[in-house]
Amino acid sequence: MFLFCAAMHGYSFTLKSTKLTALSSGLLWWADRKLLCVSDLHLGKSERMARRGGSLLPPYENKDTLTRLALAVNAFDPVTVVCLGDSFDDLQALDGLNEDDHATLATLMGGRRWIWIEGNHDAGPVNIGGSHLAEFETGSLTFRHIAKPNETAEISGHYHPKARVKLKTGSMSRPCFLIDENRVILPAFGAYTGGLKSTDPVFAPIIADPALAVLTGSQALPIPMPR
Amino acid sequence: MSQLPAKFADWFASNGWQIHPHQQDLLTRSTDPATLLIAPTGGGKTLAGFLPTLTELLEDPADGLHTLYVSPLKALAADIKRNLQTPIAEMDLPIRVEDRTGDTSATQKKRQRADPPHILLTTPESLAVMLSYEDAPRIFASLQRVVVDEIHALAESKRGDQLMLGLSRLQSLAPNMRRVGLSATVEDPPALAQFLARNPDSCDIILADAGPDPDIQVLHTDTPPPWASAGASYSVDDVLRLVKTAKTTLIFINTRAQAELYFRAIWEANDDQLPIALHHGSLSREARDKVEAAMVAGSLRAVVCTGTLDLGIDWGDVDLVIQVGAPKNIKRLVQRIGRSNHRYNAPSRAVIVPANRFEVLEAQAALEAVKDHDLDGEPRPKGPRDVLCQHILIRACAGPFDAEILYGEVIQAGPYHSLTRAEFDACLDFCATGGYALRAYDRWQRLLKNPAGLWQLRDPRATRAIRMNIGTIVDTETLKVKWRGRGGAPLGEIEESFAATLTQGDTFLIGGQVVRYEGLREMTVQVTKGKKAPKIAAFMGTKFATSTLLSTRIIDILNGGDWSKLPAHTRDWLDTQNRISAMPKPGRMMVESYWRDTTAYTCFYGFAGTNAMQTLGLLLTRRMEEAGLNPIGFVATDYAVLIWGLEEVTNPAALLSPDDLRNGLDGWLAGNAVMKRSFRNVATIAGLIEKNLPGKRKTGRQATFSSDILYDTLLKYDPDHLLMQITRDEAMGGLVDFGRIEEMLTRIEGRIDHIKAPHVTPLSAPMLLEVGKVPIKGAAVEKVAAIQAATLMQEAGL
Repeated sequence: MFLFCAAMHGYSFTLKSTKLTALSSGLLWWADRKLLCVSDLHLGKSERMARRGGSLLPPYENKDTLTRLALAVNAFDPVTVVCLGDSFDDLQALDGLNEDDHATLATLMGGRRWIWIEGNHDAGPVNIGGSHLAEFETGSLTFRHIAKPNETAEISGHYHPKARVKLKTGSMSRPCFLIDENRVILPAFGAYTGGLKSTDPVFAPIIADPALAVLTGSQALPIPMPR
Repeated sequence: MSQLPAKFADWFASNGWQIHPHQQDLLTRSTDPATLLIAPTGGGKTLAGFLPTLTELLEDPADGLHTLYVSPLKALAADIKRNLQTPIAEMDLPIRVEDRTGDTSATQKKRQRADPPHILLTTPESLAVMLSYEDAPRIFASLQRVVVDEIHALAESKRGDQLMLGLSRLQSLAPNMRRVGLSATVEDPPALAQFLARNPDSCDIILADAGPDPDIQVLHTDTPPPWASAGASYSVDDVLRLVKTAKTTLIFINTRAQAELYFRAIWEANDDQLPIALHHGSLSREARDKVEAAMVAGSLRAVVCTGTLDLGIDWGDVDLVIQVGAPKNIKRLVQRIGRSNHRYNAPSRAVIVPANRFEVLEAQAALEAVKDHDLDGEPRPKGPRDVLCQHILIRACAGPFDAEILYGEVIQAGPYHSLTRAEFDACLDFCATGGYALRAYDRWQRLLKNPAGLWQLRDPRATRAIRMNIGTIVDTETLKVKWRGRGGAPLGEIEESFAATLTQGDTFLIGGQVVRYEGLREMTVQVTKGKKAPKIAAFMGTKFATSTLLSTRIIDILNGGDWSKLPAHTRDWLDTQNRISAMPKPGRMMVESYWRDTTAYTCFYGFAGTNAMQTLGLLLTRRMEEAGLNPIGFVATDYAVLIWGLEEVTNPAALLSPDDLRNGLDGWLAGNAVMKRSFRNVATIAGLIEKNLPGKRKTGRQATFSSDILYDTLLKYDPDHLLMQITRDEAMGGLVDFGRIEEMLTRIEGRIDHIKAPHVTPLSAPMLLEVGKVPIKGAAVEKVAAIQAATLMQEAGL
């Protein structure tokens, strides 16, 4: 079912006959369409927490997230970028971005198609350009924020999956892609994001066996999805 | 007030007692601003602390709070309350005594605020909460005296720093307040006195008669202790024999995991069914209460316990203390020995049980040190700034404050007397704006300067979160363990990281029982009765480092010390070591190398204590990584660090070059797990992240993220941030303990004895079985990970 091909910094596989690569950075690359997909950036998170009277977290997560995103965008030079939702921690989060962050975003978006899919944190248009969509269909694939159990050929985010693997050297927990026959769930890309263990029961009705977890980090590491 | 009032004299006489000289001394000095009493347990220390209060209140029983008693344990507050009732009832004194701890009901707390008792018994954390109330000035206005019990224990942690800041605040609210500290034997009483007193007040020290020297021995058994293992289970028959000779025995064990194992081993040999219980910090509150109650009732012959029973209730009947495992530190050993025989003027009886052969040496060294009255101790570090940040937030909860006045208050606290205004301002800035190099929260500051120039909370609702976060004890992340099924009884807690390694069917020990892991439900570990031999629960607890004094004494014994006092098996063992390898020498570093299967082992005998050796392990493996030696992991003990890897170490002197180690420290410090652990504590105490409260704990949802991420972010973008500075300071002293590495490097001055042994050496053998192995996440891991992932995929047929 899966095409095993340990490409550089990525694990390539086919989803309903579409060839995709899960990159070690946590992004999904569709080479044939030159489409780069990223999920759960959660920009503006620290500002939102402060605004709501919470902790004053280090205000550097936007810079960090965008720098890493820029690295990938510059390396792959995609025609299309799809942000799978929860790109902003809430609809006011844009106010929390400073000039540098805005400039970085503008550069990234320049000269390519940029699609903001709505997430539960940013369910509404954000005044920043690009197209705002609830869902995005192209080729045989559908991109949406939250997976729908009965759909197929679907790319989604939302859950921030992570998985643990036991090694001779101790166990290692990393954000991961979850991949089964019908769908891919992307790991969260934002700096200030936690993870939901692949063993969480919430995944049972969404991801069917045989399923893979592709761990991110310095290499994309496919393992059978820990349940 | 200097004379004992007639009513009290009569009461003493009617009980057939005489006032102890130190009790009289405290009464005589009752008007001094600060006094430190150092007395052995059982010396009537608590009564000494309260006598001035009782006599003053007899004279003038005015309403309002007169005396605040602060102890490190809730249980102690409850116990003192009971004990005070006796003289108060028997002399019919018009005095109201109440306690206020985390267990006190909300109604009771409210009533205490409106109408405080004469004597309030509390903990440092509860006091901090009370100081955060807006009506704190009214509650404490009448305060005359503060009694700090077990101050030696409080001074060993940040709880003491928090308390001293609290006392400074109290002193402003009640300018006439006098302080009394009650302490067990310590190595440096003047330092403790300075810690207690308002800077720069003087503080007299009263030394009570320490009583006769203890009767202390090292247990030498017919069966030798094992070459390896820290379990000491070999000793259970002898220990049971000792328990039978005593009325009640406290069996101290250094770690919770070992206590579990030892308790189990003892019960397997306990043919006479002696009532023996288990007590440690990871057991459920219910379980611990039960043991304590049984102890008070005198229905137990022995309790296997950890540091949780170092302090606390005076069990009058304890007549034997057994220390299982290396004592690590002579001062604590002496304090533990003091737990036995609380009858004044009778010698305490104690036995040290070494867990393995190395510990035979340490036990012998400790015994000699106790006999020589040679106490060890580290100088106390400056008051930590994360605690100050919390104090500033607590102060803000109570109402607007002037920065100048607060600074003046803070430097009156002993631990903070040398704090500069700039350091204070940095803490204030952190509380107000986050203190980042990038000014980001202009609109959302936590503290604002109001038009009157006073600092106040921007959002008054923040008081709730701040109060919830009060305290300086940051627990490791633990999960509750319960029997499976509805209403399953709680057994205790295990480390979350240990729970993560469990799969269904795995067994582990908790509360002395083997249980079987069934699964995780709502953040609770579900277990059933287990049968298999258990895995060991990886309780973190506190890991004490063997003191410098004790380490030096051990090296001395190894090199021409009096071996005649050592048992034959230990002499044989040392002879074997001499034959196969050599002995670590004073002023030199011994390094052993050998192969086991395909793994190369190298053991560095630094004798710098577990924390420093851990650091040395991290630094050395980092250098080995750079040198392409592919280290896989290491384990550190108090005496040595053992590193294993794919390649052999041929030139240890190059790895140990002091300059390179020092240079490596900065770069290394940045990325390692010890720093992240320190950061988590610092960030929690300073109020950047919220304490994981029971019931409010993360439930595996994706919204929470680990403090490691914040650490990495600050390291990358704001490495000089206040919390990073505090983390570095802290790690340097405590967990990293680089000071002792420096000390060691100075001691050896490059004199290294490298020995290539044919196989595992007797001295290094125990280390192979140590828990707490640290994996190196270097090139070797990625190699191993890729190979293992491929194997997994193959096995799964994917």
